[in-house]
Amino acid sequence: MINPLIQYVQDQLAPQKEVPSFKSGDNITVHYKIVEEGNKERIQAFRGDVIQVKGGPDNPNRTITVRKVSGGIGVERVFPILSPNIDKIEVNKRGKVRRARLFYLRKLSGKSARIKEKRMRVAH
Amino acid sequence: MKGIIGKKVGMTSFFGDNGRQLQVTVIEAGPCYVTQVRTVEKDGYSALQLAFDDAKPKNVTKPLKGHFEKSGVTPKKKIVEFRDFPIERNLGETIEVDIFTEGEKVNAIGTSKGKGFQGVVRRHGFSGVGMRTHGQHNRLRAPGSIGASSFPSRVFKGMRMAGRMGGVKVKVKNLQIVKILPDKNLILVRGAVPGHNGSYVILEKK
Repeated sequence: MINPLIQYVQDQLAPQKEVPSFKSGDNITVHYKIVEEGNKERIQAFRGDVIQVKGGPDNPNRTITVRKVSGGIGVERVFPILSPNIDKIEVNKRGKVRRARLFYLRKLSGKSARIKEKRMRVAH
Repeated sequence: MKGIIGKKVGMTSFFGDNGRQLQVTVIEAGPCYVTQVRTVEKDGYSALQLAFDDAKPKNVTKPLKGHFEKSGVTPKKKIVEFRDFPIERNLGETIEVDIFTEGEKVNAIGTSKGKGFQGVVRRHGFSGVGMRTHGQHNRLRAPGSIGASSFPSRVFKGMRMAGRMGGVKVKVKNLQIVKILPDKNLILVRGAVPGHNGSYVILEKK
């Protein structure tokens, strides 16, 4: 149970931000701002599979862990998804997975590390 | 010194101006009522006595009840005196969160969480013996020697040993006030504040 006063503070300060709905196993692209030398801002994209979602839908500090394999090396990044430094999030593919935390992917490589795509029913 | 009495509500975090996440402690502070005004002429020093947090009248002693009646304030649980209060207030008036401004640095005073009986490694930061193997017996976290033998034939006073830890008054200096929410009497202070949730915290500023 969250303290009602803490809830009040979070409601006051929570960023009003629209985030697309996605789950573990989905392939997404996170566009985030990085500050270069000389206070220049640039947007960089990080595309990978969501392997963990931390924090519920009411939690203003919820984070996701995105994993990709870059040049044969696994890279994971944790993003606080409501952060103002995150420009936008795109969902590329819906994955079909059986659990919420996909840490087993870390031990797999190549073909076995793929996530099956969820087949959506197409409306006629 | 200006100050206010409050209660620690808990911690949360939010995104600040430059997108950085700020960890903050939420403190429900005031309204505090002035129950006594001390002056140099009468008491030899100037101070304001503030009271906070409503108490059930049946739990308040008769002498205290009389004291609260003098200032026309309902009985309160916590009374604190602040020396040389820069803001003038009369008996029965209130001190609210608006005495502080956002961005100001304050000190927070509270009672730290009780840790129980702790050994020297946790309580005083001793490093322990160091090795776990190589003939080490069961003295991994032992304090070692506590003094010499025939001279001085005693253990010096204040020797750091195991014992009760925590539950003492702690002051944390220079915490930044990040936000003030006057509607609910809330002050958001950057960083941690001593004590468990619901414990009294005094915020003061020189």
